[in-house]
Amino acid sequence: MSATPTTFPAGDDIARAWWNGVADGRIGYQVCADCGAVQFYPRSHCTACGSARCETRASKGAGAIFSITVVHRPPSEALRAHAPYAIALVDLDEGFRMMAHADPGCAIGDRVTAAFIPFGDRVVPRFARA
Amino acid sequence: MAYIAGVGNTRYGKVEGSSTLSLASEAAHLAMADAGLGVKDIDGVLTGYSTTLPHIMLATVIAERMGIRPVYAHAMQAGGATGVAMVMLAKLLVDSGQCRAVLALAGENRASGQSRDQSIQTLAQAGHSDFEVPYGATIPAYYGLLAARYMHQFGVTGADLAELAVLMRRHAGTHPDAHLRTPVTLDDVMASKPIALPLRLLDCCPVSDGGVAVVVTREPTGAARVRIRGAGQAHLHQHISCMRDWADCGAAQAAGRAFAEAGMTTKDVDYLAVYDSFTITLAMLLEETGFAPRGGAGAMARDGRFGVAGDLPLNTHGGLLSFGHCGVGGGLAHLVEAQRQLAGKAGARQVKKATTAFIHGDGGVMSSHVSMLLERM
Repeated sequence: MSATPTTFPAGDDIARAWWNGVADGRIGYQVCADCGAVQFYPRSHCTACGSARCETRASKGAGAIFSITVVHRPPSEALRAHAPYAIALVDLDEGFRMMAHADPGCAIGDRVTAAFIPFGDRVVPRFARA
Repeated sequence: MAYIAGVGNTRYGKVEGSSTLSLASEAAHLAMADAGLGVKDIDGVLTGYSTTLPHIMLATVIAERMGIRPVYAHAMQAGGATGVAMVMLAKLLVDSGQCRAVLALAGENRASGQSRDQSIQTLAQAGHSDFEVPYGATIPAYYGLLAARYMHQFGVTGADLAELAVLMRRHAGTHPDAHLRTPVTLDDVMASKPIALPLRLLDCCPVSDGGVAVVVTREPTGAARVRIRGAGQAHLHQHISCMRDWADCGAAQAAGRAFAEAGMTTKDVDYLAVYDSFTITLAMLLEETGFAPRGGAGAMARDGRFGVAGDLPLNTHGGLLSFGHCGVGGGLAHLVEAQRQLAGKAGARQVKKATTAFIHGDGGVMSSHVSMLLERM
């Protein structure tokens, strides 16, 4: 554990596909073809009904800030240049919540839309006031 | 019945030259001596994980080092709740007749055995490796998100949270083994450097070396007669992005199960030992488990209710925030202090009335909850 890298490669094909979507400016989420439940993060089965028929859709990238923190002490030397940066929980209009970056000036309840910026070893979604 | 027959701890802080095994075994020998038992009396060994010694079989490694040949042994992982979870399992083992005396122990040289960056990165793995960690999230960031939302939703202020940091430091000042003993003021907390706003440095627990151990027995050993009256758990989510209800993270459900088993209510409790990795952790847990009104934990601290002379003394050793946090041993130290208070062995920190204690451990990001009720016989 002592050689923990700063960031992690996507753990499996589902996660890799999601991050590849982000690199193309797309935030994917899942809708169960059997029960209609919306879920995030993406996985192989619906957590509401157990169905394996989870369809991936692209979000419009609009939502509201549920919570936000401004990180002044990053986890590694590699991310120090980015600090301070804001991490938020965002409630997307399609009915799912995700973690993402946000404009540090955002506040809880703000309407936001997604942009895509380089951070660490990848491009990440970053939300700013709509 | 299950008794906490003996407890022990090393000093906390930076213990140069220490290791997971040296810290855990030193604490274990103290706990066994406190219980009046030797290694030959121990037939169960439970330990947690250690980030500085990620061995695949930590319990048997420790048992071998100490010369114990248990009939039941393994390591457990429930984050910061592991300590209380181990003692709950020890209770189940002696209640079921599998064991007579279970040693639950933990130790980690988390401060001296790795760099600060390594420590922060390793702990951040409690977050989702694909959908949280890549954003540069840290444990303080996850709790920063909790704090911002909780403050917004329940009208808690930064000053309310700071009261809890001041209180924990005051308590630690009376414990010779505590990591951080220099008193701090409300202004010190509010002016400390930002870590993951709204959380500042003094809202966060330190990274410490330390070892803690507890002996749980089926029969009283002639030492302390402190018994476990009830225990319960709840696990509603692992990652903060999957936590749905800020008013119900699982703490109340775990506490409810412990109270139901004990046949008690919050009104029957006269000592509190509650997990406090951050000031927000302590506020949320006190409020959700019903010992403080929503948004009211800081005010109760301000009014002296949680002090050694208060009606609900809380973490009289100084908690994770000031006694220190060495991983699994951090959460187990709360239980050790509760047992000492109930046994009348808390020295200068001894509270006037301590017959029953409520203990709560939280692992991950308010993810794993274990509650326990102790009673002096």
